[in-house]
Amino acid sequence: MSSLWSAMPVRGRVILLVLVALLLAAPLALDRYVISIFILIFYFAYVGQAWNLMMGFAGQLSLGHALYAGLGGYVAALLWFYFGIGPWLGVFAGVAVAAAFGAVIGWLGFRFGIQGVYFALLTIAFAEFTRIAFDNMAFTGGAGGLFLMYEPQRAGEWWNLRGGPLLFYYLGFAMAAGAALLTAWLARSRIGYQWLAVREDEQAALSVGINAFRAKMIAVLISSAMTAVGGVFAAFYYNSLFPAQAFDIGRSIEIILAPIIGGLGTIFGPIVGAFILTPLGEILIALTEKLGINAPGAKAVFYGLTLCAIIVLRPDGIWPWLKRILGLTEQGR
Amino acid sequence: MTIAIILNVVIQGVLTGLVYGLMALGLSVIFGVVRVVNFAHGEFAVVAMYATYLLFVTLGLDPIVSLFPIAIVFFGVGYLLQATLINRFVGRSEHEQFILLVGIAIIIVNGLLMIFGPDARPANLPYAIESYMIGDVFIDKARVYAAIGAIVVSSALFAFFRYTATGTAIRACADNLTGAAVVGLNVKRLYAFTFGLGLACVGAAGALMVTIADASPTLAQAFTLLAFTIVIIGGLGSMAGALVGGVLIGVSEALASFFLAPSMKSMFSFALLVAVLVLRPQGLMGRRA
Amino acid sequence: MSALLQVDNVSKRFRGLLAVDRLSFEVPEGGIFAVIGPNGAGKTTLFNMIAGAFQPSNGSITFAGERIDGLTSDKVCRRGIGRTFQIVRPFPALSVEDNVVVGALLRRTHAADARVHAQEVLRRLDLYDKRAQRASSLTLPDRKRLEVARALATDPKLLLLDEVMAGLRPTETDRMVAILKELNRESGLTILLIEHVMRAVMALAGQILVLHHGAAIAQGLPAEVVRDPAVIHSYLGAEDLA
Repeated sequence: MSSLWSAMPVRGRVILLVLVALLLAAPLALDRYVISIFILIFYFAYVGQAWNLMMGFAGQLSLGHALYAGLGGYVAALLWFYFGIGPWLGVFAGVAVAAAFGAVIGWLGFRFGIQGVYFALLTIAFAEFTRIAFDNMAFTGGAGGLFLMYEPQRAGEWWNLRGGPLLFYYLGFAMAAGAALLTAWLARSRIGYQWLAVREDEQAALSVGINAFRAKMIAVLISSAMTAVGGVFAAFYYNSLFPAQAFDIGRSIEIILAPIIGGLGTIFGPIVGAFILTPLGEILIALTEKLGINAPGAKAVFYGLTLCAIIVLRPDGIWPWLKRILGLTEQGR
Repeated sequence: MTIAIILNVVIQGVLTGLVYGLMALGLSVIFGVVRVVNFAHGEFAVVAMYATYLLFVTLGLDPIVSLFPIAIVFFGVGYLLQATLINRFVGRSEHEQFILLVGIAIIIVNGLLMIFGPDARPANLPYAIESYMIGDVFIDKARVYAAIGAIVVSSALFAFFRYTATGTAIRACADNLTGAAVVGLNVKRLYAFTFGLGLACVGAAGALMVTIADASPTLAQAFTLLAFTIVIIGGLGSMAGALVGGVLIGVSEALASFFLAPSMKSMFSFALLVAVLVLRPQGLMGRRA
Repeated sequence: MSALLQVDNVSKRFRGLLAVDRLSFEVPEGGIFAVIGPNGAGKTTLFNMIAGAFQPSNGSITFAGERIDGLTSDKVCRRGIGRTFQIVRPFPALSVEDNVVVGALLRRTHAADARVHAQEVLRRLDLYDKRAQRASSLTLPDRKRLEVARALATDPKLLLLDEVMAGLRPTETDRMVAILKELNRESGLTILLIEHVMRAVMALAGQILVLHHGAAIAQGLPAEVVRDPAVIHSYLGAEDLA
């Protein structure tokens, strides 16, 4: 880990420390609304990082990542709802289920050579199938949704994620930061290099002895497990789950926006992307409301435009460009 | 459970499936020739639906009639879109194309949402509730007209590819790009033409769809997935496969909707998609594995 | 010297086309063995079978006493065979150094160790100064060197080189020949190469196998093979070779 720190240029270390300090202290000065925006930012930075591992590093395009978030959320929520098992335990079950699905999808895809857009469609098919299944299962609440009741007597139980915005703020921050550290560590490890090789040219990777199947499976497993944790977070933050939302392809697309706009295959890309997109989206909504324009979908149109703009003008994402401008580039990633 | 009832359901599925097939045909042409992953396919179909709806509500034009001007306009849109924007992405990685078209899809569907709102817009056609009767079997007139429309447009497309010079040139591009360029075919222009044709199909299919379903932004996603599912099951590069796949999906959805529940109709399609991807990726009639 | 690689009666059929026809030969350990012949003779197909890209239709391939035909290419590499591709395949977005680090990671668990080894290999291949460049920005000769470096970093016992001299100028060819000779002499690395550049073949090869239409038409010491009338007729041409 020390090598990560020493690899950063001094200027970068300073900027990072200042930002972290600001973020840690911020809730003291901010109102509830702004804190909720930060929670969203941390959430998207976190799940975006999870997706980034699979796409940006291992090069496998998944457009059904909402499946893992939804499964994580639902499993933990159901355990709480029916058995009173807290999310600190339920998260393990959620992760197990999501990873199992990831393993199946990965196995089907990689064993049978399903690549590129076909693999993406495979992931979509699984997510959609699950969505419809959950819509029709009574014990999950069906299409009407699953609601976690507000229990004021449990207010301080942080391990059950019963708490106010501050709890979720710091937890979200910890998750986003943890995900970044994990990514940084993996990027410099043996598996990280193997992922890049497989991403760049799978045949060539095989020719230098890399077990591409194994490398890709590891990517899916880590990515799906991480995303499931994000799902648990979201489930207990919003206290409600609907199949149409939890597993929807719109959700999957939301997950991929931040890492693409921030920069695929980089460590800070998803974070930068989340910090840019989420506030701008919220500002847009606030603006349209203020101006009295009733425009559902305005935020989404904005996201769509940004996506197109980035992929046309700066396909590497904003972070690499920002890095250059701030004079932070050094050898390596 | 009489034969007549089941026959009803199956025929309904076939007729609807033909319209699905026309939409998928557009994707097959685009995906198969230009090799671009048009993830905004369903979104364009819904735009056509709204356009048809507007023409009906303002000018009283029947969808079967408006499909022609709509198809022509969509051809132009497709040509321009490919020539200006998408052309730059032809060589790039699949995921970059995907993302560009996802972006376009998001803009289109939410734009529609902003303009028209989330409520479904039905076109109250005079023949909407009428049906033909053959013995005990009822067949919706609307679906018959739509299916005929789909067959006519598809046949026109087949004829175009088989009998015209441009059509042959486009097929050459699909088969062997380098060879096509070497013999002097203007590949860029042909790609634009092809994209235009693909969107024209989508436009026509969307117009026809208005006779069967109400225009609504939520259909867009479902249509895109449907189109891809049909193309993969029917087989990439096979135009007949797109229609056959369309009918197959139409029938399976109708049966699933009838025997299980309407909300579950796509589950079978998705399961079939996974099965095809794993077991027979070239689809039923495709030529490339 | 014992045989490191034994190719025994190997054939490869692609539907109607017989690409390789009952080839048998042995590559001695520590030797340099060249395969030459006109285009389409089946040389790369032979390599692909040895390297595990596809399976022979008939026959067997034995490496260090164990059968390897039918193994996937990553397993073949792990057994100790490194290969280059005729049309080079570097990892484009990675730096030159990272390309070789990937290779070095085969036998090393820590990226830091792999990097040290990678740098040694780069120095040997005259690529050390360019190690920070993106692989996609290299010239073709450098890409070929990178390809060799990456394969070498996997610490192979047998190195398969597929036309690494193609497109190189005579001085570059001589340099590559010198490097390969050094490797062979110092570490006993066995080399099996496909080559059209006869200058390199004559300088390197201890034995030559000549293929034509998938079958062997001559095999033996370089001096004999290049005088063989069948070889001259099918491939070399009637020129006098020094």
